[in-house]
Amino acid sequence: MIPTRADIRSCTIGGPLLEARSVELRYNTGNNSVLALDHVSLDVREKEFAVIVGPSGCGKSSLLYLAAGLLDSTGGEIEVGGEEVTGPGRDRGMVFQAYTLFPWLTVAENVEFGLKRRRMPAKERQEIVSYYLNEVGLSQFGGHYPKQLSGGMKQRVAIARALANDPKILLMDEPFGALDSQTRATMQKLLLRVWEHSHKTVLFVTHDIDEAIILGDRVHVMTARPGRMKAVVDIDIPRPRSLDMMLDPDFIAIKRQIIGLLHDEIDEDH
Amino acid sequence: MQFDKTFSSADGAASGVTVLEAKAASPVRRVKKERGFVDRALTPRAPISARASLIAGISVWIVVLAGWSCLTYGGVMPDIFLPSPTAVIERGISMISDGTLWPNMWASIEVILLGFLISSVVAVPLGLLMGTFRVVQAALEPLVNFIRYLPVTAFVPLFILWIGLGLSQRVSIIIFGTFFQQIVMIMDVVRSVPDDMLNASYTLGSSRRDVLTHVILPAAKPGIIDTLRITMGWAWTYLVVAELVAADSGLGYMSMQAMRGFQVDKIFLAIGIIGILGLITDTCFRILRARWAGWAA
Repeated sequence: MIPTRADIRSCTIGGPLLEARSVELRYNTGNNSVLALDHVSLDVREKEFAVIVGPSGCGKSSLLYLAAGLLDSTGGEIEVGGEEVTGPGRDRGMVFQAYTLFPWLTVAENVEFGLKRRRMPAKERQEIVSYYLNEVGLSQFGGHYPKQLSGGMKQRVAIARALANDPKILLMDEPFGALDSQTRATMQKLLLRVWEHSHKTVLFVTHDIDEAIILGDRVHVMTARPGRMKAVVDIDIPRPRSLDMMLDPDFIAIKRQIIGLLHDEIDEDH
Repeated sequence: MQFDKTFSSADGAASGVTVLEAKAASPVRRVKKERGFVDRALTPRAPISARASLIAGISVWIVVLAGWSCLTYGGVMPDIFLPSPTAVIERGISMISDGTLWPNMWASIEVILLGFLISSVVAVPLGLLMGTFRVVQAALEPLVNFIRYLPVTAFVPLFILWIGLGLSQRVSIIIFGTFFQQIVMIMDVVRSVPDDMLNASYTLGSSRRDVLTHVILPAAKPGIIDTLRITMGWAWTYLVVAELVAADSGLGYMSMQAMRGFQVDKIFLAIGIIGILGLITDTCFRILRARWAGWAA
């Protein structure tokens, strides 16, 4: 559960852990049907930080909900660890854009939630909870209730809660989307640090290009209406990363490339 | 803040940037003007002190009691229409000492507790199921919404025909009046639990049963307690309706008897006791809510 030193050292990216093949999602609204995702394929490799970036309404969040098993596709398939996704499970943890902490539980009890559902002994639970609260810098807040926390702190608890449950892959749906820009920067730094400790496989969805590049190993660029995969961009910026790398020429070159890919799309629209 | 720090080391001395020194707090201290009570009282939603709100609450009571006293002791209203406060208190003392108050009070409490408990014991789980499972909602909602708008009073003659005059008839009226309101309100409370809270729980490995018992139930608890508190108030109304029409004991019956004998003080006493009992049950629910769902305060 708690990553050992050996885990931290073995950070090489492995084979595909999540594979989406020709995923189609169609919403039926009365007589009309809207195509939200059109034959979307992508793979996320083990220990990789993969990011999906795209304009709003491109179906990137839907793709994440499909991977989590919280939504049913109308075509194609998604496999995680060689098994087809048929419903939600604890192998695919998720951090949502909306605050989803359980308000009747304390911060520590929230982090403990998944562990308790699988009847882990109390001592083991406590160890894991204190490790992850420390990771997100909230050791002093274990006894607080969610309503006593700021938005950024709530999302840190949500990250700790998902990681403590030790999923195979962590799905993150614009987790910093509701935060102000300064808090978002702090959260990006924190996520970089936490991720460099755990090397958990992550699939992260955002519409923020800077965020996509600074966090990701690979960035999947999506187009809107219907949502399609447009390009995959490898991010060769070395790790450990820090936010001031956003000023490096390499970073800016990649950013220009991704903006170009997204703008093609906007021009085609008009 | 963090963000600035990462950049400042790189180009702290860039041209066009004036670095401001942190200075000791200025010695000039202006005394902040206290806002007056009237100013705060007239500002929308401005908080007032605990003492001020207590005084405001008590003074309205004093005004009402003073008005009542003026009308009665001053001889403005004849005492067969409006009894004086002392007359009501004296009536209360005499009914306590001759032992006629307690049986009536208990009769009402018994009916309301039985009716409310039976109704709640069924309505809470059913409302939970209706708010959780769409099929239960689809099945029950049309019928419930139909019955919910039927006036309870219209059923009193029917219940008397079916059940006769007795405890069970009065209890039935309470159940009929509260049950259908309760299930709709509880269903709404349950439906308002955010979907993403359920989703988060699923991705943490919850089973469907876990979602019901460890997410929906605790999330809905404060709303359920509020629903019970509100419907308890309505139950008192139905109780008096039931007792006015057909009863041989109870506070409503007491009022009805008093009316026949022109004992207005007795009617006032019955009304006052209902108010006090209502206040007690309301306080009990508030305490329960603070105890069981303090997080939602």
